[in-house]
Amino acid sequence: MRCREVVELMTDYIEGTLSDGDRARFEEHIAGCDGCRAYLEQLRTTKRVLGTLAAEPIPAAVKADLLQAFKSWKAT
Amino acid sequence: MKLCPDLVRKSWRLLAPQTQTDRQLLSTRERPYAWPGGPPTIDDPELAAIRAGDEAAFESIISRYHGPLTRLAMTYVRDVGVAEDVVQETWLTFLRTLDRFEGRSSLKTWVFGILMNIARARRRKEQRVLPFTALFRRDDSDSHKPTVEPGRFGVNGLWAAPPDSWRNLPEEKLINRETLDRVKQAIEALPERHKEVVVLRDLAGMDASEVCELLSISATNQRVRLHRGRAAVRRMLEEYLR
Repeated sequence: MRCREVVELMTDYIEGTLSDGDRARFEEHIAGCDGCRAYLEQLRTTKRVLGTLAAEPIPAAVKADLLQAFKSWKAT
Repeated sequence: MKLCPDLVRKSWRLLAPQTQTDRQLLSTRERPYAWPGGPPTIDDPELAAIRAGDEAAFESIISRYHGPLTRLAMTYVRDVGVAEDVVQETWLTFLRTLDRFEGRSSLKTWVFGILMNIARARRRKEQRVLPFTALFRRDDSDSHKPTVEPGRFGVNGLWAAPPDSWRNLPEEKLINRETLDRVKQAIEALPERHKEVVVLRDLAGMDASEVCELLSISATNQRVRLHRGRAAVRRMLEEYLR
């Protein structure tokens, strides 16, 4: 396996969908390749940073409107 | 189309009570549309609380899903204001249909499904005023183009310009306002098919089988889209953090 191919397998690796053979070859490559290890770490960090966007707070006005709607729904 | 194996297993588990013998399982398998013992009901405490009128439970769910829902709405409509309308309409539809929800999907999949329907309908309306050509843009982004610039590798296929380790980057640098704004822009620049999957997986925290179900795509396709989407965001981050 070459780095050029390894980078395209990274998501399959993270998702745990590589075959046993491919996973073994992948891990063997990664163990000896600083560049691919850094790339894998960057992909994982990217996933984590994307996750922090989920915490975007709901605007107070939107929340107030929706809670009002919930009260009306409850009353029916 | 191939179905997600996870999804098949999941519905299979719903179909087949643990106590059945192999022979009985086999006969159930031959009748995949039968629901032995009636349709499945999901024992979701959050759903039960909302149905019972628990305002705190409703407040919790609208707060938690606000970010992911808004990001997903932005996949279909360009304008932030319209996206916010779509999210609001999603919750109103959610309340209106709450009694009809049968628990065949998770509460989360259901809410995001409502949003997709509303957002797509909104876009159809908006597209009527778009130039003709914009409707027929081809999207070949799932082709086998490499996700890393080929120039980064030597002729031997090994790194010529390897990426830097981010291990020593201060966490603050990664999650400050400016970086996150860049990440939002990078998401918005993705082709729609990649954007949907990235938002559902990495922001909404859905698992692969939920995303396959919601988008009606195969497990392989889901992974390809996720890979291309994350790789594009990584590329932007690498440039920005350099």
